[in-house]
Amino acid sequence: MTSDVAPRTSPLSDLDRRDAAWYWDKLAQVLILVAGLSGIVAVIGIFVFITKEGFGFISESLIPAEFFGSIAWRPTSETRPTYGILALAAGTASVTGLAMLIAVPFSLGAAIYIGEFAEGKTREALKVLVELLAAIPSVVWGFIGMTILNPLIIDVFDVPVGLSVLNAGVILGLMAAPIMTTIAEDALKAVPDGYREAAEAMGATRWQVIFQVVLPAAKKGLVAAVLLGVGRGFGETMAVLMASGHAINLPTSPFDSVRAITATIAAELGETAHGSEHYKALFTLGILLFAVTFVINLTADIVVRGRSRKKR
Amino acid sequence: MVSSATDVRPTRSEAPEYGVRPLVRVRDLTIRYDDEPALANVTFDIHEHEIFGIIGPAGSGKTSFLRALNRMDEFTPAMEFDGRIEFDGHDVRHMRNLYALRRRIGVVFPLPVGLPMTVYDNVALSPRLSGVRKKAELDEIVERCLTRAALWDEVKDRLHALGSLLSGGQQQRLTIARALSQEPDLLLLDEFSIAVDPVTTMRIEDVLKELRDELTIVLVTNLVQQARRLADRTAFFLMGECVEVAETEALFTGEVREQRTRDYVEGRFG
Ligand SMILES: Nc1ncnc2c1ncn2[C@@H]1O[C@H](COP(=O)(O)OP(=O)(O)O)[C@@H](O)[C@H]1O
Ligand SMILES: [Mg+2]
Repeated sequence: MTSDVAPRTSPLSDLDRRDAAWYWDKLAQVLILVAGLSGIVAVIGIFVFITKEGFGFISESLIPAEFFGSIAWRPTSETRPTYGILALAAGTASVTGLAMLIAVPFSLGAAIYIGEFAEGKTREALKVLVELLAAIPSVVWGFIGMTILNPLIIDVFDVPVGLSVLNAGVILGLMAAPIMTTIAEDALKAVPDGYREAAEAMGATRWQVIFQVVLPAAKKGLVAAVLLGVGRGFGETMAVLMASGHAINLPTSPFDSVRAITATIAAELGETAHGSEHYKALFTLGILLFAVTFVINLTADIVVRGRSRKKR
Repeated sequence: MVSSATDVRPTRSEAPEYGVRPLVRVRDLTIRYDDEPALANVTFDIHEHEIFGIIGPAGSGKTSFLRALNRMDEFTPAMEFDGRIEFDGHDVRHMRNLYALRRRIGVVFPLPVGLPMTVYDNVALSPRLSGVRKKAELDEIVERCLTRAALWDEVKDRLHALGSLLSGGQQQRLTIARALSQEPDLLLLDEFSIAVDPVTTMRIEDVLKELRDELTIVLVTNLVQQARRLADRTAFFLMGECVEVAETEALFTGEVREQRTRDYVEGRFG
């Protein structure tokens, strides 16, 4: 198409010349794309690898009734190895459940205090402290479980062993709480001050503002914080291995020792022959963890999104 | 109209005029932020059932005055005020229940703040906070307040949509409905039309004229003509000073004490 209006500038004007900023922008786009794709490729790669290693077990040796229904995890039995994950799954679930029972109120309470009440120096100090706590390596937490919490539980509750659901749950709860606090606090901070001011102006008390306005507004971020904690609990290995007692058990009380799925993989994988039935069974546990984590995230996604879609 | 000609000037007389009950009395009010004065030595009364306009350029202390009135200074540590503000005969500084004071004073902010909940919940929030639980009762309050804010017809089919998805003009009427749901005695509007289209502005102005029969309104506005259309009496704030308080018509017909007021009203400033 030709225009009746003659260009005021020469044809090779700024409008047609690609300058450095233009090329930098394109380069950045390409780099970001590569980074994003490599993340996806890595996840798919891990999934493919785990599936490939574990698949032989699922197709050849897995007996569903035994796998899901039996508490006997005896992969090294000379006579007849059995692979029942019921006790392991119960171990992971009970420890994670107790950890969340502790971490959710703790971290939400801490986030509300830091975000809504603390001011100035107190607030900054608390935030630094929480971030420091989040940086403690899990082996240190496991160590605390073994050397401090273990004798404490034995003394206080007068029980023979202190390495148990209770110990691992408390340790895992304390471990997950700081990172959950940080994320929950970010979610509270993202709530515009105008909301608080509007609610306060209508005569709402501090608590009413927090419970009726701020928490509902921050709902998505808070759900994310809790799920991150659940994911952390599910996937945590070292601290649970050290604090849970690592004994195959269907727990009936918080003082029972248990063994977690992750801890089983970590403890046994080094002693299995590559490609053996036991080796493949451990990878099947990996697939299971992968699947559960995936379902948790997906559910969270649907819950969070479904809510907002319905309200639209 | 309730205001009387005898109260054209700021007065230090504390005796209430017959038929003109002051709802708010301001005496020697000085507001500071970190010792930096934002408003100095203001004295006037706001009468029951009047629309009291406050005009003046940005930074004159209009918003600060509103914040002192319903004790929002609580949330701004740097802000403090001297002098006396009485609401319904009580010193706002020595009230034992600030929440009760704020419940009796509705506030509409310059930018509409639709709380992140449904239209219905926005209006039902205040009644719920004060303990109303019955659905029928809440339904009635929501419909009545939305109707009075001239919004009911537009939202009656989407009461359960998010309030923040309404248009700016609708959201501002939603905040008015929310303020009305408190059944306030006093309604403070801070430059409500700043983010609202002219048609909605006119509709809200009509709403305010009707509300005058039921409550008292303080209308802070940067539109001089809006004050002229609505306010019974108007105060002119300039750089932290209350230059004068007068019958609105008097201001516009040139019966002013100060040349500065005339210049501002006639748009000849600076
Ligand atoms: N939170 C605050 N902290 C410090 N100074 C403030 C604050 N709010 C307002 N001020 C100052 O107080 C003066 C009056 O402001 P304001 O009441 O908002 O005026 P207006 O509403 O008339 O534009 C201005 O000089 C402003 O800078
Ligand atoms: Mg202002």
